[in-house]
Amino acid sequence: MELLQPGLGLMFWTLIVFLTVLYILRRFAWRPILNALDQRESAIDQALKAAERTRQEMANLKSEHEALLQQARQERIAILGEANRAKERIIAEAREKAAAEAARLMEEARRDIENRKMEALVDLKNQIGNMVVDVAEQVLRHQLANRQEQEELIRKLTADLTRN
Amino acid sequence: MALIAILLFPFWAAAGSTVADTSKAQGHDAAGKKGFNAGDMILHHITDSHEWHFFTIKKKDGSEWHAKLYLPVILYTPGEGWSFFSYHKLHEYGSYKGYQLDDQHHIVRSDGKKFFDFSLTKNVAQLLLSLVLMVILFVSVGRRYQHRGTAAPRGLQNAVEVVVVFIRDQVARPLLGHRADYYLPYLLTLFFFIWINNLLGLIPGAANVTGNISVTATLALLTFILMMAGSKRDFWLHMLAPPGVPAGVLPILVPIEFLSNVVLKPFALLIRLFANMLAGHLIILSFMSIIFLFAAMSLAAGIGASIFSVAFSVFVYLLELLVAVLQAYIFTILSALFISETGATHSHDHATAETKH
Repeated sequence: MELLQPGLGLMFWTLIVFLTVLYILRRFAWRPILNALDQRESAIDQALKAAERTRQEMANLKSEHEALLQQARQERIAILGEANRAKERIIAEAREKAAAEAARLMEEARRDIENRKMEALVDLKNQIGNMVVDVAEQVLRHQLANRQEQEELIRKLTADLTRN
Repeated sequence: MALIAILLFPFWAAAGSTVADTSKAQGHDAAGKKGFNAGDMILHHITDSHEWHFFTIKKKDGSEWHAKLYLPVILYTPGEGWSFFSYHKLHEYGSYKGYQLDDQHHIVRSDGKKFFDFSLTKNVAQLLLSLVLMVILFVSVGRRYQHRGTAAPRGLQNAVEVVVVFIRDQVARPLLGHRADYYLPYLLTLFFFIWINNLLGLIPGAANVTGNISVTATLALLTFILMMAGSKRDFWLHMLAPPGVPAGVLPILVPIEFLSNVVLKPFALLIRLFANMLAGHLIILSFMSIIFLFAAMSLAAGIGASIFSVAFSVFVYLLELLVAVLQAYIFTILSALFISETGATHSHDHATAETKH
């Protein structure tokens, strides 16, 4: 039956047509298409990898950033603490110094008073001395007339002195 | 491509010029016809022909006008050389250059000698058309890849790319492993060649190229050649001297193995595609014939049958669209499978196949 018998002519032409198509398409279609697909796939692959890398870097940067912030916060706390301590120290020192100064001033004042008192005493003694000398002078000027009286006077003066 | 177009042009032109005066020549031919013969009509549609018949107009005087192209006839008789003329000549003169038509419209030699027919028949003409179509289609897509490089695909590129990637990733690479790149151009061409010719065959008036056994036999032959060319020692050893088989069984087993592996596999390929594509056309043509058979009985029966026939034809037609791509896929994947089977080196290939996955 004709339907089931392969014809040589048609087989020949099929072969020619198919091989021509194969040759032309292999050269001008499949090779560029498959190459482009490979290239695109590797490009996508690389892009994905690059994105992943960037993401990783971003995460790293963020954590670094976080660490820096944390560090800064801790430093701030430390600095504040330090400042506080310094403040208290300075205040304490000032207070101490003020107390010492006050004590010193009091001491000085007391010494001054003491000195003045001593001066006044010395002065008083000098004046008394002078008065004694004056009295003695007057006595001396007065005496020579009466020996008894003289002695009397001396006794009286001496008694006065001791009473003083 | 351009060369083929130039080569073909004179034939087409010559064939075209004969259309007008066929009306007279065909008159007596049609007069002999009595009624509608479904078998003849179907056979006429599915067999190859030296003319491309589109439609027939019945004139009032009973004569018919056929819209058809006469195709070039190329014949070779050993010892006498090549003959090269339009089929129209045979029609007009009855015999020409020592050849004539028998009562079934086959070309025979007047002296009964053996000869070879290399004519550009309807199927060949359509194969050449499909060649032009495929080259235009895929080369333009290929050029776009060259120009656009790795940019996202556009337009036709999308359609082609999906199929190319499918064949590459689902057919070639899983089956052929590291040899996939070598066979990929063949598999892609095979798939698109079959698919496009299947689709062209569905156009009314076109030839059903893939429903022709010569075409499918040629394609199966190519797969067979690749199977044999790529076959490895392991394949033959396993088949001709299977290990661990009792010696008494060998005389039975070896011929069976040889037949099934070397002969039947490519043979099944050619029969499967041929039968599938032929069957679809037979069914559609049969449904169409039903209309005319019933119409010959009465007008009402014809109208009734046509509703039923057209509905079923449309259904089968849609089915054929699916079968067109399915058969192309099956032919391609089985070709890849058979090539991979003969080319497998056992201890080695499994290891590489596993590392690939």
